[in-house]
Amino acid sequence: MDETTESIEVSETPDEKRHVPVWVIVTAFAVLLAFLGLIYWGLTHAKQGPVSLGQKVPGFDLVTFDGQQISTDDLAGKVVVVNFWASWCTPCESEAAAMEQAWQMYKPGGQVVFLGVDYVDTEPEAMGYLQKYNISYPNGPDLRTSISQLFRIRGVPETYILDADGHLASIQIGPFQSLDEIVSTIEGVLQSQ
Amino acid sequence: MGFFNSKAVFSSLFLVMVAVSLVNSAALAQATPPPQSTPSPSADDINAIARQLYCPVCENIPLDVCETTACEQWRALIGQLLAEGKSEQQIKDYFMLNYGDRVLAEPPRYGLNWLVYILPVVFFVIGIFILYRVLRQMRRAKAPVNPQIPDKPSGVTQEDTYLARVEEALRERKERK
Repeated sequence: MDETTESIEVSETPDEKRHVPVWVIVTAFAVLLAFLGLIYWGLTHAKQGPVSLGQKVPGFDLVTFDGQQISTDDLAGKVVVVNFWASWCTPCESEAAAMEQAWQMYKPGGQVVFLGVDYVDTEPEAMGYLQKYNISYPNGPDLRTSISQLFRIRGVPETYILDADGHLASIQIGPFQSLDEIVSTIEGVLQSQ
Repeated sequence: MGFFNSKAVFSSLFLVMVAVSLVNSAALAQATPPPQSTPSPSADDINAIARQLYCPVCENIPLDVCETTACEQWRALIGQLLAEGKSEQQIKDYFMLNYGDRVLAEPPRYGLNWLVYILPVVFFVIGIFILYRVLRQMRRAKAPVNPQIPDKPSGVTQEDTYLARVEEALRERKERK
Protein backbone atom coordinates (compact mmCIF):
# COMPACT_ATOMS: atom_id res chain seq x y z
CA MET A 1 0.00 0.00 0.00
CA ASP A 2 2.75 2.29 0.93
CA GLU A 3 4.48 1.44 -2.31
CA THR A 4 1.36 2.32 -4.22
CA THR A 5 1.12 5.62 -2.42
CA GLU A 6 4.78 6.37 -3.08
CA SER A 7 4.38 5.55 -6.74
CA ILE A 8 1.44 7.90 -6.94
CA GLU A 9 3.41 10.66 -5.28
CA VAL A 10 6.33 10.15 -7.66
CA SER A 11 4.09 10.36 -10.71
CA GLU A 12 2.56 13.61 -9.44
CA THR A 13 5.91 15.38 -9.00
CA PRO A 14 5.66 18.66 -11.01
CA ASP A 15 9.29 18.48 -12.23
CA GLU A 16 8.50 15.36 -14.21
CA LYS A 17 5.39 16.86 -15.78
CA ARG A 18 7.19 19.97 -17.07
CA HIS A 19 8.97 18.19 -19.87
CA VAL A 20 9.29 20.57 -22.84
CA PRO A 21 10.75 19.11 -26.04
CA VAL A 22 14.32 20.16 -26.74
CA TRP A 23 13.47 21.38 -30.20
CA VAL A 24 10.94 23.83 -28.74
CA ILE A 25 13.56 25.29 -26.41
CA VAL A 26 16.15 25.52 -29.19
CA THR A 27 13.68 27.14 -31.57
CA ALA A 28 12.55 29.62 -28.93
CA PHE A 29 16.14 30.63 -28.22
CA ALA A 30 16.93 30.85 -31.93
CA VAL A 31 13.95 33.14 -32.53
CA LEU A 32 14.89 35.27 -29.54
CA LEU A 33 18.51 35.56 -30.69
CA ALA A 34 17.45 36.41 -34.24
CA PHE A 35 15.12 39.08 -32.92
CA LEU A 36 17.83 40.57 -30.71
CA GLY A 37 20.24 40.47 -33.66
CA LEU A 38 17.73 42.33 -35.78
CA ILE A 39 17.29 45.01 -33.12
CA TYR A 40 21.08 45.34 -32.82
CA TRP A 41 21.45 45.68 -36.59
CA GLY A 42 18.72 48.31 -36.71
CA LEU A 43 20.22 50.33 -33.88
CA THR A 44 23.71 50.14 -35.34
CA HIS A 45 22.40 51.17 -38.73
CA ALA A 46 20.50 54.10 -37.24
CA LYS A 47 23.55 55.19 -35.28
CA GLN A 48 25.79 55.40 -38.35
CA GLY A 49 24.81 58.97 -39.13
CA PRO A 50 25.65 60.88 -42.26
CA VAL A 51 28.68 60.32 -44.47
CA SER A 52 31.48 62.02 -42.60
CA LEU A 53 34.12 64.31 -44.04
CA GLY A 54 37.01 62.50 -45.67
CA GLN A 55 34.98 59.33 -46.05
CA LYS A 56 34.69 57.67 -49.45
CA VAL A 57 31.19 58.28 -50.78
CA PRO A 58 29.58 55.16 -52.28
CA GLY A 59 28.72 55.55 -55.95
CA PHE A 60 25.17 56.38 -56.97
CA ASP A 61 23.18 56.96 -60.13
CA LEU A 62 21.03 59.96 -60.92
CA VAL A 63 18.41 59.74 -63.65
CA THR A 64 17.80 63.30 -64.77
CA PHE A 65 14.41 64.76 -65.65
CA ASP A 66 15.33 64.46 -69.33
CA GLY A 67 16.14 60.77 -68.97
CA GLN A 68 19.94 60.97 -68.87
CA GLN A 69 21.63 58.56 -66.46
CA ILE A 70 24.63 59.91 -64.60
CA SER A 71 26.79 57.65 -62.48
CA THR A 72 29.22 59.19 -60.01
CA ASP A 73 31.59 56.32 -60.78
CA ASP A 74 31.97 57.83 -64.25
CA LEU A 75 32.86 61.20 -62.76
CA ALA A 76 36.09 60.02 -61.13
CA GLY A 77 38.78 62.70 -61.30
CA LYS A 78 36.25 65.53 -61.10
CA VAL A 79 34.93 67.52 -58.19
CA VAL A 80 31.21 66.75 -57.80
CA VAL A 81 28.83 69.21 -56.19
CA VAL A 82 25.67 67.38 -55.04
CA ASN A 83 22.89 69.80 -54.16
CA PHE A 84 19.69 68.53 -52.53
CA TRP A 85 16.66 70.73 -53.08
CA ALA A 86 12.88 70.68 -53.51
CA SER A 87 10.36 72.98 -55.13
CA TRP A 88 8.43 73.30 -51.84
CA CYS A 89 11.57 74.37 -50.00
CA THR A 90 11.69 78.14 -49.58
CA PRO A 91 15.33 78.35 -48.39
CA CYS A 92 16.35 76.43 -51.52
CA GLU A 93 15.16 79.34 -53.62
CA SER A 94 17.61 81.69 -51.96
CA GLU A 95 20.61 79.75 -53.29
CA ALA A 96 19.16 78.50 -56.60
CA ALA A 97 20.30 81.43 -58.74
CA ALA A 98 23.77 81.49 -57.16
CA MET A 99 24.18 77.76 -57.76
CA GLU A 100 23.43 78.23 -61.44
CA GLN A 101 25.90 81.15 -61.62
CA ALA A 102 28.57 79.00 -60.01
CA TRP A 103 27.83 76.23 -62.51
CA GLN A 104 28.24 78.67 -65.39
CA MET A 105 31.63 79.65 -63.96
CA TYR A 106 32.96 76.09 -63.64
CA LYS A 107 31.25 74.51 -66.64
CA PRO A 108 33.87 75.53 -69.25
CA GLY A 109 36.76 74.16 -67.17
CA GLY A 110 35.21 70.71 -66.92
CA GLN A 111 36.85 70.10 -63.56
CA VAL A 112 33.70 70.56 -61.54
CA VAL A 113 30.35 68.83 -62.08
CA PHE A 114 27.09 69.96 -60.49
CA LEU A 115 24.29 67.50 -59.75
CA GLY A 116 20.91 68.62 -58.47
CA VAL A 117 18.94 66.01 -56.51
CA ASP A 118 15.26 66.80 -56.18
CA TYR A 119 14.11 65.47 -52.81
CA VAL A 120 10.53 64.22 -52.27
CA ASP A 121 9.00 66.42 -54.92
CA THR A 122 6.48 66.27 -57.71
CA GLU A 123 7.77 66.54 -61.24
CA PRO A 124 5.61 69.40 -62.59
CA GLU A 125 6.52 71.63 -59.64
CA ALA A 126 10.17 70.61 -59.89
CA MET A 127 10.26 71.48 -63.59
CA GLY A 128 8.64 74.81 -62.83
CA TYR A 129 11.30 75.51 -60.22
CA LEU A 130 14.14 74.67 -62.65
CA GLN A 131 12.61 76.91 -65.29
CA LYS A 132 12.07 79.74 -62.86
CA TYR A 133 15.74 79.86 -61.91
CA ASN A 134 17.06 78.84 -65.35
CA ILE A 135 18.93 75.95 -63.83
CA SER A 136 20.86 74.13 -66.53
CA TYR A 137 23.08 71.64 -64.68
CA PRO A 138 21.84 68.04 -64.50
CA ASN A 139 18.92 67.60 -62.14
CA GLY A 140 16.84 64.56 -61.34
CA PRO A 141 14.48 63.12 -58.76
CA ASP A 142 15.76 61.24 -55.77
CA LEU A 143 14.05 58.00 -56.75
CA ARG A 144 12.98 55.95 -53.73
CA THR A 145 14.95 58.56 -51.70
CA SER A 146 18.00 56.36 -52.16
CA ILE A 147 20.52 59.19 -52.65
CA SER A 148 19.28 61.22 -49.69
CA GLN A 149 19.41 58.08 -47.54
CA LEU A 150 22.96 57.46 -48.67
CA PHE A 151 23.98 60.92 -47.47
CA ARG A 152 21.48 60.74 -44.60
CA ILE A 153 20.37 64.29 -45.21
CA ARG A 154 18.42 66.03 -42.48
CA GLY A 155 16.51 68.38 -44.76
CA VAL A 156 16.86 70.60 -47.80
CA PRO A 157 18.83 72.42 -49.00
CA GLU A 158 22.01 70.55 -48.29
CA THR A 159 25.12 70.47 -50.48
CA TYR A 160 27.85 67.85 -50.44
CA ILE A 161 31.08 68.32 -52.37
CA LEU A 162 33.09 65.26 -53.36
CA ASP A 163 36.74 65.65 -54.25
CA ALA A 164 38.33 64.13 -57.35
CA ASP A 165 38.95 60.87 -55.49
CA GLY A 166 35.33 60.55 -54.49
CA HIS A 167 35.85 61.45 -50.83
CA LEU A 168 33.51 63.83 -49.09
CA ALA A 169 35.33 67.14 -48.91
CA SER A 170 32.66 69.61 -47.80
CA ILE A 171 29.19 69.66 -46.28
CA GLN A 172 26.84 72.61 -46.39
CA ILE A 173 23.72 72.26 -44.26
CA GLY A 174 21.20 74.91 -45.24
CA PRO A 175 21.50 77.32 -48.13
CA PHE A 176 24.67 79.02 -49.30
CA GLN A 177 24.39 82.72 -48.56
CA SER A 178 26.07 83.98 -51.72
CA LEU A 179 27.87 83.05 -54.92
CA ASP A 180 31.16 83.93 -53.22
CA GLU A 181 30.50 81.37 -50.52
CA ILE A 182 29.85 78.66 -53.10
CA VAL A 183 32.93 79.57 -55.11
CA SER A 184 35.22 79.77 -52.09
CA THR A 185 34.02 76.36 -50.89
CA ILE A 186 34.63 74.75 -54.28
CA GLU A 187 38.00 76.49 -54.62
CA GLY A 188 38.98 75.12 -51.23
CA VAL A 189 38.27 71.60 -52.45
CA LEU A 190 40.10 72.15 -55.74
CA GLN A 191 43.20 73.56 -54.01
CA SER A 192 43.36 70.75 -51.48
CA GLN A 193 43.96 68.21 -54.26
CA MET B 1 -7.85 74.86 -126.29
CA GLY B 2 -4.63 73.80 -124.67
CA PHE B 3 -5.08 76.59 -122.12
CA PHE B 4 -8.64 75.56 -121.39
CA ASN B 5 -7.66 71.93 -121.19
CA SER B 6 -4.87 72.58 -118.73
CA LYS B 7 -7.17 74.82 -116.68
CA ALA B 8 -9.75 72.05 -116.59
CA VAL B 9 -7.08 69.56 -115.58
CA PHE B 10 -5.85 71.84 -112.75
CA SER B 11 -9.42 72.41 -111.59
CA SER B 12 -10.09 68.70 -111.56
CA LEU B 13 -6.83 68.06 -109.70
CA PHE B 14 -7.73 70.73 -107.16
CA LEU B 15 -11.16 69.21 -106.63
CA VAL B 16 -9.65 65.75 -106.22
CA MET B 17 -7.14 67.05 -103.69
CA VAL B 18 -9.86 68.79 -101.69
CA ALA B 19 -11.97 65.65 -101.76
CA VAL B 20 -9.04 63.48 -100.69
CA SER B 21 -8.12 65.84 -97.87
CA LEU B 22 -11.74 65.90 -96.68
CA VAL B 23 -11.89 62.12 -96.71
CA ASN B 24 -8.55 61.92 -94.88
CA SER B 25 -9.60 64.38 -92.21
CA ALA B 26 -12.86 62.49 -91.73
CA ALA B 27 -10.94 59.24 -91.44
CA LEU B 28 -8.49 60.80 -88.98
CA ALA B 29 -11.35 62.17 -86.94
CA GLN B 30 -12.72 58.65 -86.73
CA ALA B 31 -9.34 57.06 -85.98
CA THR B 32 -8.43 59.47 -83.20
CA PRO B 33 -10.40 58.63 -80.09
CA PRO B 34 -12.15 61.55 -78.51
CA PRO B 35 -10.38 62.90 -75.41
CA GLN B 36 -11.53 61.02 -72.34
CA SER B 37 -13.54 63.17 -70.04
CA THR B 38 -12.85 61.57 -66.66
CA PRO B 39 -14.66 63.35 -63.90
CA SER B 40 -12.41 65.33 -61.63
CA PRO B 41 -11.84 63.35 -58.42
CA SER B 42 -13.43 64.59 -55.24
CA ALA B 43 -11.51 65.47 -52.08
CA ASP B 44 -12.86 62.28 -50.51
CA ASP B 45 -11.47 60.18 -53.36
CA ILE B 46 -8.09 61.83 -52.95
CA ASN B 47 -8.08 61.54 -49.16
CA ALA B 48 -9.07 57.87 -49.30
CA ILE B 49 -5.68 57.22 -50.91
CA ALA B 50 -3.83 60.01 -49.11
CA ARG B 51 -4.56 58.55 -45.68
CA GLN B 52 -2.66 55.43 -46.72
CA LEU B 53 0.46 57.45 -47.46
CA TYR B 54 2.98 59.32 -45.33
CA CYS B 55 5.18 62.10 -46.63
CA PRO B 56 8.83 61.52 -45.57
CA VAL B 57 9.27 65.23 -44.89
CA CYS B 58 6.62 65.33 -42.16
CA GLU B 59 6.99 61.98 -40.45
CA ASN B 60 4.12 60.32 -38.61
CA ILE B 61 1.50 62.57 -40.19
CA PRO B 62 -0.77 60.91 -42.74
CA LEU B 63 -0.89 62.71 -46.04
CA ASP B 64 -4.61 63.49 -45.82
CA VAL B 65 -4.16 65.70 -42.75
CA CYS B 66 -0.67 67.06 -43.45
CA GLU B 67 -0.64 70.79 -44.14
CA THR B 68 2.80 71.34 -45.65
CA THR B 69 3.34 72.45 -49.23
CA ALA B 70 4.96 69.13 -50.08
CA CYS B 71 1.86 67.26 -48.90
CA GLU B 72 -0.43 69.59 -50.80
CA GLN B 73 1.58 68.86 -53.94
CA TRP B 74 1.31 65.15 -53.28
CA ARG B 75 -2.46 65.36 -52.86
CA ALA B 76 -2.69 67.32 -56.10
CA LEU B 77 -0.62 64.61 -57.76
CA ILE B 78 -3.00 61.93 -56.46
CA GLY B 79 -5.89 63.93 -57.94
CA GLN B 80 -4.04 64.19 -61.23
CA LEU B 81 -3.33 60.45 -61.34
CA LEU B 82 -6.95 59.64 -60.44
CA ALA B 83 -8.12 61.93 -63.25
CA GLU B 84 -5.84 60.00 -65.59
CA GLY B 85 -7.77 56.87 -64.65
CA LYS B 86 -5.14 55.25 -62.42
CA SER B 87 -6.37 52.80 -59.80
CA GLU B 88 -5.64 53.07 -56.09
CA GLN B 89 -3.01 50.35 -56.26
CA GLN B 90 -1.35 51.95 -59.30
CA ILE B 91 -1.12 55.27 -57.47
CA LYS B 92 0.36 53.64 -54.38
CA ASP B 93 2.85 51.79 -56.58
CA TYR B 94 3.78 55.09 -58.24
CA PHE B 95 4.49 56.73 -54.90
CA MET B 96 6.40 53.69 -53.67
CA LEU B 97 8.52 53.65 -56.80
CA ASN B 98 9.30 57.34 -56.62
CA TYR B 99 9.64 57.94 -52.91
CA GLY B 100 10.38 54.54 -51.40
CA ASP B 101 8.51 52.03 -49.25
CA ARG B 102 8.41 54.27 -46.22
CA VAL B 103 5.67 56.44 -47.73
CA LEU B 104 3.20 53.59 -47.31
CA ALA B 105 1.24 53.38 -44.07
CA GLU B 106 1.37 49.59 -44.33
CA PRO B 107 4.78 48.19 -45.28
CA PRO B 108 4.66 46.11 -48.47
CA ARG B 109 4.68 42.37 -47.85
CA TYR B 110 8.13 41.23 -48.90
CA GLY B 111 11.58 40.59 -47.43
CA LEU B 112 12.18 41.69 -43.85
CA ASN B 113 8.88 43.60 -43.91
CA TRP B 114 7.17 40.27 -43.27
CA LEU B 115 8.50 40.44 -39.71
CA VAL B 116 6.12 43.31 -39.04
CA TYR B 117 3.20 41.02 -39.81
CA ILE B 118 4.53 37.74 -38.45
CA LEU B 119 6.23 38.71 -35.19
CA PRO B 120 3.14 40.10 -33.43
CA VAL B 121 1.24 36.89 -34.18
CA VAL B 122 4.18 34.76 -33.02
CA PHE B 123 4.54 36.74 -29.79
CA PHE B 124 0.79 36.58 -29.22
CA VAL B 125 0.76 32.80 -29.58
CA ILE B 126 3.79 32.46 -27.29
CA GLY B 127 2.11 34.74 -24.75
CA ILE B 128 -1.09 32.68 -24.82
CA PHE B 129 0.94 29.48 -24.36
CA ILE B 130 2.84 30.93 -21.37
CA LEU B 131 -0.40 32.19 -19.83
CA TYR B 132 -1.98 28.77 -20.26
CA ARG B 133 0.99 27.07 -18.57
CA VAL B 134 1.02 29.52 -15.68
CA LEU B 135 -2.73 29.20 -15.09
CA ARG B 136 -2.48 25.43 -15.21
CA GLN B 137 0.31 25.44 -12.64
CA MET B 138 -1.63 27.80 -10.40
CA ARG B 139 -4.66 25.53 -10.53
CA ARG B 140 -2.56 22.52 -9.63
CA ALA B 141 -0.98 24.36 -6.73
CA LYS B 142 -4.46 24.93 -5.27
CA ALA B 143 -5.50 21.28 -5.68
CA PRO B 144 -5.16 18.80 -2.65
CA VAL B 145 -1.75 17.28 -2.12
CA ASN B 146 -2.94 13.67 -2.46
CA PRO B 147 -6.00 13.65 -4.66
CA GLN B 148 -7.97 10.48 -5.35
CA ILE B 149 -6.83 8.74 -8.44
CA PRO B 150 -9.79 6.82 -9.78
CA ASP B 151 -7.97 4.84 -12.42
CA LYS B 152 -5.67 3.15 -9.90
CA PRO B 153 -6.65 -0.49 -9.70
CA SER B 154 -6.29 -0.77 -5.93
CA GLY B 155 -8.01 2.56 -5.29
CA VAL B 156 -5.92 2.93 -2.14
CA THR B 157 -4.50 6.24 -1.04
CA GLN B 158 -2.53 7.48 1.95
CA GLU B 159 -5.79 8.66 3.47
CA ASP B 160 -7.24 5.14 3.21
CA THR B 161 -4.16 3.69 4.84
CA TYR B 162 -4.38 6.18 7.64
CA LEU B 163 -8.07 5.49 8.21
CA ALA B 164 -7.40 1.77 8.16
CA ARG B 165 -4.74 2.22 10.83
CA VAL B 166 -7.11 4.32 12.91
CA GLU B 167 -9.85 1.75 12.58
CA GLU B 168 -7.45 -1.02 13.52
CA ALA B 169 -6.27 0.90 16.54
CA LEU B 170 -9.88 1.46 17.64
CA ARG B 171 -10.67 -2.21 17.17
CA GLU B 172 -7.64 -3.23 19.29
CA ARG B 173 -8.74 -0.77 21.92
CA LYS B 174 -12.24 -2.27 22.04
CA GLU B 175 -10.83 -5.77 22.25
CA ARG B 176 -8.63 -4.78 25.16
CA LYS B 177 -11.64 -3.45 26.97
